[in-house]
Amino acid sequence: MDILNAAVAILNFVVIPAAAYGAQLALGALGVTLIYGILRFSNFAHGDTMAFGTAVTILATWGLQALGITLGPLPTALLALPVGIAATAAMVLATDRTVYRFYRAQKAKPIILVMASVGVMFLMNGFTRLLIGVDEQRFADGERFIINVRDFREMTGLQEGLALKTTQGLTIVIAVIVVWALFWFLNRTKSGKAMRAYSDNEDLALLSGIDPEKVVRMTWIIAAALATIAGTLYGLDKAFKPFNYFQILLPIFAAAIVGGLGNPVGAIAGGFLVAFSEVAITYPWLKIAGYLFPDWQPGGLLQLLGTEYKFAVSFVILIVVLLFRPTGLFRGKSV
Amino acid sequence: MSDSPYLSATDMRGGYGKADILDNCTLTVNKGQIAVIVGPNGAGKSTAMKAVFGMLHLRQGRVTLDSQDITTLSPQDRVRKGMGFVPQVSNVFPSMSVEENLEMGAFIREDNIRTTMEQVFDLFPVLKDKRRQPAGELSGGQRQQVAVGRALMTQPRLLMLDEPTAGVSPIVMDELFDRIIEIARTGISILMVEQNARQALEIADIGYVLVQGANRYTDTGQALLADPEVRRTFLGG
Amino acid sequence: MSTNRQAASASIWRAPVLFAILAALFVLEGTVRNGMFSGSWNTSLAMLNMGLISAITALGVNMQWGYAGLFNVGVVGFLALGGLAPVLISTQPVEGAWQAGGTRVLIALAVAIGTLALAAQARKRLPRWRSLAVTLVLIGGFVLYRWLFDPAVTAIEANNPARHGNIGGLGLPVLLSWAVGGVFAAAAAWAVGKVALGLRSDYLAIATLGIGEIIVAVLKNEDWLARGVKNVTSIPRPVPFEIQLQRNPEFVEFAQSWGFTAAAGSGVWVKLCYMLLFLVVLLSIILLAELALKSPWGRMMRAIRDNETAAEAMGKDVKARHLQVFILGSAVIGIAGAMMITLDGLMAPVGYNPLRYTFLIWVMVIVGGSGNNWGAVLGAVLIWFLWIKAEIWGPQLIGVLTSPMPDGDLKAHLLGSAAHMRFIAMGLVLLAVLRFAPRGLVPEK
Repeated sequence: MDILNAAVAILNFVVIPAAAYGAQLALGALGVTLIYGILRFSNFAHGDTMAFGTAVTILATWGLQALGITLGPLPTALLALPVGIAATAAMVLATDRTVYRFYRAQKAKPIILVMASVGVMFLMNGFTRLLIGVDEQRFADGERFIINVRDFREMTGLQEGLALKTTQGLTIVIAVIVVWALFWFLNRTKSGKAMRAYSDNEDLALLSGIDPEKVVRMTWIIAAALATIAGTLYGLDKAFKPFNYFQILLPIFAAAIVGGLGNPVGAIAGGFLVAFSEVAITYPWLKIAGYLFPDWQPGGLLQLLGTEYKFAVSFVILIVVLLFRPTGLFRGKSV
Repeated sequence: MSDSPYLSATDMRGGYGKADILDNCTLTVNKGQIAVIVGPNGAGKSTAMKAVFGMLHLRQGRVTLDSQDITTLSPQDRVRKGMGFVPQVSNVFPSMSVEENLEMGAFIREDNIRTTMEQVFDLFPVLKDKRRQPAGELSGGQRQQVAVGRALMTQPRLLMLDEPTAGVSPIVMDELFDRIIEIARTGISILMVEQNARQALEIADIGYVLVQGANRYTDTGQALLADPEVRRTFLGG
Repeated sequence: MSTNRQAASASIWRAPVLFAILAALFVLEGTVRNGMFSGSWNTSLAMLNMGLISAITALGVNMQWGYAGLFNVGVVGFLALGGLAPVLISTQPVEGAWQAGGTRVLIALAVAIGTLALAAQARKRLPRWRSLAVTLVLIGGFVLYRWLFDPAVTAIEANNPARHGNIGGLGLPVLLSWAVGGVFAAAAAWAVGKVALGLRSDYLAIATLGIGEIIVAVLKNEDWLARGVKNVTSIPRPVPFEIQLQRNPEFVEFAQSWGFTAAAGSGVWVKLCYMLLFLVVLLSIILLAELALKSPWGRMMRAIRDNETAAEAMGKDVKARHLQVFILGSAVIGIAGAMMITLDGLMAPVGYNPLRYTFLIWVMVIVGGSGNNWGAVLGAVLIWFLWIKAEIWGPQLIGVLTSPMPDGDLKAHLLGSAAHMRFIAMGLVLLAVLRFAPRGLVPEK
C-alpha cells in the first residue's frame, strides 16, 4: 500500500483540477444567484455573457500583446480583464435598459423574464461570434506551470508526479480575492446592504428609500464582472470555445440551485460540490487503486462515468436536490 | 399653526379597482397624540392607512402633514417628510441582522445614525442583545420590535402602524402598547390600525370607528369605550 | 374598447392572409429565379418539408407553453430521442449483434430501471434507515448494472465495427417508428416532469436543459445504440427513391408532361410524397389538439394556466395536469424527431445543436402566437423559411451595405461574419415579438 503516491495522484488528478473548476463554477453561479436574488429570474444568457466578456478580454489581450505589453510570468489576459468587464457591464446594462426593465415595470411573471433572457442569449451568442468566431482560441501566455511534474519528482523522489498549472493557481487565488471583495461589499457597504435588503424584501426596501433601479444596475455590473472573470479564468484554464460557455450553463445552474438560489454562500459551496463530484465521478481510479491495493486486479478503469457524461453529474445533483430539498442546501428563496 | 392638526387627511375617496373602498374618510392626528382606527373586517382600515401613506391612488381628498400638502407625494417622499410606516406583514429583512435592519431603516439619512440606533435600543433593550442575529430568526414579538425600530430610524414625526399586535401573545401585546405610549411621549404622533380594539382604544387619544370606508364614530378613546352603541356593535358588549 | 373590437374583426382575416403570404413565398421560391429566390421547386419543397417538421415540433412546444405555461428548454433532446426510433425500429437487424449482447443490454437496462424503482419504493415505504437503504440499493444496482452492461456493449461494438457495431433495428415499417419516437420522448418527459414539475417555473426550464444535453450526449457516445458520431445512414424511406422513378419510363413521361427533367421531376415527386405524409400527421395532431382544447380537459388546462392559484384552490391537481400536458407535448416533439430522421435518411447526432433545435423552435412559437395551434404552424414555417433564406440574404445585404466601403480588413470581417447575423436577427425577432406583440402573429382566440 503506497499511500503517499496515491495521495499525490489524487491531488494531481482530482483535487487540483476540481478546485480550479469549482472556483470557476462558483464565480459563475454567484452571478446567476445574485441576478436571481435581485431580479428574480434564472438568467439563461449568463453562459453567453461569460463568453462575450471572455471574447472581449481575448481581443484586448491580443491588442496588448501586439503592443508588446505582457505580464511576465502571468497571463496578459489579467491586464485585459478590466476592458472585458467594462464592455460586458455596458452590454448587460444596455440589455437591462432595453429588455428587462420593461418586464420589471410590468411585474411580468418570472418565466417571461427567463424567455427574454433566451432572446438575449441569442444576441450575446451572435455578438460573440461576430467578435471572435466560433473556433477554439488559446490565449494563455506567460509561465505555464507553478510546479511541473519533473521538478516535483526530483524534489520529492516520488514515482507519481504533480503539476500545478499557473492558470489553476491563478484561478483559485483570484476567486478567493473576488469572493472576499464581493462579501465585503455585500456585508460592509451601504450599497451592498441595500442589495441584500432588496433581495430580502422588495417592498420594505422601497419603503426605506432604496432606489430599485440603482440596486438593479449594481447587480448587473457585479454579475458582468463575475461572468467576465469566471469566463476568462475558464478560458485560460481550458480553452475558449463559445459553445462550451453555453454548455457550462447547466453545471452553473446546478451549483446555484444546490446552494439555494439567491444565496451567495450557497453558490460557492454549490460550485465546489458540483466540480468535485464531476471530476471524482468521471476520473478513472485504476491508478490510485493500484497504489492502495497492489494485489487487486480490477477489470476496468474504475471510472464511474465517462467524461462525455460529465454534464449528467450536474444533472443528477440537480435532480437529487430538487427531489429532497428544493430550496437548496443553504436555504435560498422560496420554491 | 398650533391649532391645526399635525396630520390631516380629509375627505379621502379611492380604492384599488373601480369600486371605491374609502368613502369620504377623514383622519387627523395632533402632535404627540395616539390615534387608533378600529372597525369591523373589510371596513377599509388598512386601506385608509395606505391612503395616508400614498400607497393608494386617491380620487378625492387631501393629505397634509405639518400644514404641508403631501397629497401627490410618493411613499418614499413622505418618508423624507417625516412619516414612518410599519406594514402588517413582511416588515423586516429576514436574512439581515437586527442592526442591519435598523441601518436600512435609516437608508435615506446621510448623517450619523448612532444616537438614533441607541434610542431604539433603549426603547427595545432585547434588540440590543440580539443585534447580530438575523431578524428572521427572532420571535414574533421581537420581530415586531425590529419593525417598529426600523421605522423609527428616519426619526419620523408621525409613525403609522398597521396592526402591530397581529399574531402576538397578550403579554407581548401589552408590552408593545407600553412602548407605543413611550414613543408618543417623545412627541411623535401615532396613527395605528388595530384588531384588538378594546385594548387599543384604552391608550388612544382619539379613536376612529370606520364602517364601509366611512367615519362612523370619532371621539376620544375613553369616550368610545364608554359609548354603549360602540360597545354593543364593535366591541362585543 | 374600440381598438379591441378592431383587433377582433381583423383577426378573422388575419390568419388566412398570413398563410396566403407564406404560400406565395414558397411559390416565388419555386418559380422565380433571381438574387433572392432559387426558382427551383426542389429547393422550395425541401424547405417546406423541413418547415412542416418544425411546425409539428412547434405544436408540441405550443401545447406545453401555450396550454400550460411550461418552458421546455430541452426540445433538442426530445427531438433527438424521437430520432432514435427509426434507427432502432426500422433499420435492418445487424447480424450477430443480438447474439453478441442484446439480451444482456436489455437485462442491464431493466436492472437500472428496477434499481431506481426499488430506491424510490424504499424511500417511500421504509420507516427508518431510509437514506442508508436507498444508498445501498443505488450502489448495488449500479455495480450490477455495470457488470451486465459493459461486456455486452464491448461485444456489440466489436461486431463488424467498420459497418455496424450497433445493436441494429427490428426491420419494422418506418411509419411505425414515428409513433415509437413519440413514446420514447413521452417516457423521458414523464421522468423529468415527475421531478421538476410542481416547483418554481424556472426549475423545469433548467431540468429540461439538462436532459436535452444528456440525451444528445448519449446519442453521440453510445456507439452500440446508433453508432454515435459514426452515424447511421440506412434508414428506410416510406416513399420511393428518386433513382427508381427515373428508371420508370412512365414517370419520366409524366414528369416531362409537366415540364420537368427526369432528375428534377423525381426529386419534386418524392418531396411531394413526404409533404403529403407530413401534412397528414400535422393536420391530425392539430385536429386532436383542437378537440382536446375544446373538451372539459382543455378548458381546465386553460383555467389552470390563467390562474394557477385559483385552480389549485378549486381542488384541481395542477401538477398532475401539467405532467399530462408536458408528456403529450414532448410526445409530439418526439414524433417530429422521428420524422426528421426519416426525411434525412440519416441519424447524425452531431447535428443536434440546441440553438437550432431548441431555441429556434421557441422563436417560431412566440412569433406565431403562443396558445394558438395555427399560429405555431405559421410561425414555424415562416421562421424556417427566413432562417434558411437569411443564409443567402444576409451576406447579400451586408454586401450591399458595405459596397461603398473601401476594401480592407473591416469589410472582409463584416462580409465573413454575415453568417453569424442570423443569431442576432433571431434574438432581435424574439425580443421584439415578446415585447411589442406578445400574443404573436395569430393570437389565441
